Amino acid sequence: MRLDLAHIQKWIAPGSRVLDLGCGDGEFLDLLTTERQVKGMGLEIDEDNITAGVSRGLNIVQQNMDKGLANFPDNSFDTVVMAHALQAVHFPDRVLDEMLRIGGEGIVTFPNFGHWSCRLHLLSRGRMPVSRFMPYNWYDTPNIHFCTVQDFEHLCQERGIRILARDMVGNTRRRPLLASLWPNLFAVTAIYHITR
Amino acid sequence: MTAGKQQHSVGVVKPRTAHFSEPLLLACGRELADYQLVYETYGELNSARSNAVLICHALSGHHHAAGYHDEDDKKPGWWEECIGPGKPIDTDRFYVVSLNNLGGCHGSTGPSSINPATGECWGPDFPPLRVRDWVNSQVRLADLLGVECWAAVIGGSLGGMQAMRWSLEYPDRVKHCVVIAAAMKLSAQNIAFNEIARQAIQADPDFAQGNYLKNGAIPAKGLALARMVGHITYLSDDAMASKFGRDLRLGSLEQGTEDEIEFQVESYLRYQGNQFSTNFDANTYILMTRALDYFDLAREYDNDPVAAFKRAQSDFLVLSFSTDWRFSPSRSREIVDALIAAGRPVTYAEIEADEGHDAFLMPIPRYVKLFSAYMQRVGGVD
Repeated sequence: MRLDLAHIQKWIAPGSRVLDLGCGDGEFLDLLTTERQVKGMGLEIDEDNITAGVSRGLNIVQQNMDKGLANFPDNSFDTVVMAHALQAVHFPDRVLDEMLRIGGEGIVTFPNFGHWSCRLHLLSRGRMPVSRFMPYNWYDTPNIHFCTVQDFEHLCQERGIRILARDMVGNTRRRPLLASLWPNLFAVTAIYHITR
Repeated sequence: MTAGKQQHSVGVVKPRTAHFSEPLLLACGRELADYQLVYETYGELNSARSNAVLICHALSGHHHAAGYHDEDDKKPGWWEECIGPGKPIDTDRFYVVSLNNLGGCHGSTGPSSINPATGECWGPDFPPLRVRDWVNSQVRLADLLGVECWAAVIGGSLGGMQAMRWSLEYPDRVKHCVVIAAAMKLSAQNIAFNEIARQAIQADPDFAQGNYLKNGAIPAKGLALARMVGHITYLSDDAMASKFGRDLRLGSLEQGTEDEIEFQVESYLRYQGNQFSTNFDANTYILMTRALDYFDLAREYDNDPVAAFKRAQSDFLVLSFSTDWRFSPSRSREIVDALIAAGRPVTYAEIEADEGHDAFLMPIPRYVKLFSAYMQRVGGVD
């Protein structure tokens, strides 16, 4: 289980309706179904991921978020989750708006581009960071909208999105202190619980 | 049938006939005093009766969906690729029921059956049918077989329309509804193609206003032409290009050929047409295409498919194929969007495939894999 996914669980009410945008192989929805008895649906575009999710007994719809989410009615879900996909969509701001139209609450996770290692990489080598968490080159990365913790919070403020909670995941599992004190510098992954 | 074939097949199967003597009220207002349905079953019904799967056939289909009719049978049932041991509709797990629809021409009561009132063939007087009539007749078969609730009702194309109608008319009798390469209603273009097919049949002098059986001559030319038109709509442009290209059977493109059949694609279409014309009844073809034309899932729900699907209680698997232009992926998306808005659990995928509408009958790896993955959740006792 990816660390950021384990963190999200507590924000999801048992038995609630959850839409997972970019659900991958369905690992997280599967967990929520078992642990939280949610009624889940996943959106995914990769065919192997779809088959993997369906094999887990999940309901997966093949749909490209970049082509809109207008087919989902207002408040048709309690929580809309988007784990590590914000940086890969064409219009992150619009997707956030859509998430909070479709669900009462949203949960977003993204890699923090403000992390000191990214800054150091850029500062010392003058090249786009490539790491375990961001294993792509600038030209072949699906991640076209990197942002920092501060960028995200700024956008939320601008759009009238309320942050219900945030959780920062640092380099080490045991000592998230630095990440929670100075998230923009020390958080590797940022996790936000948002609403309007 | 060879040993190799038998290994992944249900093997030799025998069709059975069920008689129903209780009158069936049809959508057109007329009544069928009694009728019979020919069907086959594969696999065993479990003691909880929770593993029964109904296969609904498409326009030209019938009850023989899997296996072989005898040891020497060369051709298996029409959905052999998907029904059998270890296949998506796994006969080691499911009790599969496949029938020839009412109005058909493979043994179930239809236009070529005897009308008990006259003692002669029904012919063109056979009552027009709607998809719901098929569903209502299938319910009686379910009752007869002791199936209270289908683990899944599954169909491609027109079969998918029956599966959807099942989910609306008998919501508590369908756990999973599998809708492959279908649509909620036909487009004007779809109806237009069906009309060309009907006109081809009706223009054949041997059709004799549908009374050809009395005359002892079938409208073979018309039927063949109808099938040729239909067949073009089942294939994609790409599939035809790769299968036949612009190849000639004989001669050269510079000088042409003396042959009556010039291009390969013509030869193929003629073969398909001729095969069909000897195996299918013209009145049935007209009846089935009419049922297709009139199918409109949401008409009686104020044309609101969301309201329609709110009646359903089943989970849905919807599949489409990228090059299908008869019922294109966007038609399947309409179904999916309505299901999402109705709050029904739904899984949807558009399968990349060159084969057009016919892809639903083919062993396309991704299709088979996904279909199998979905069927794993079907039929559990809960």
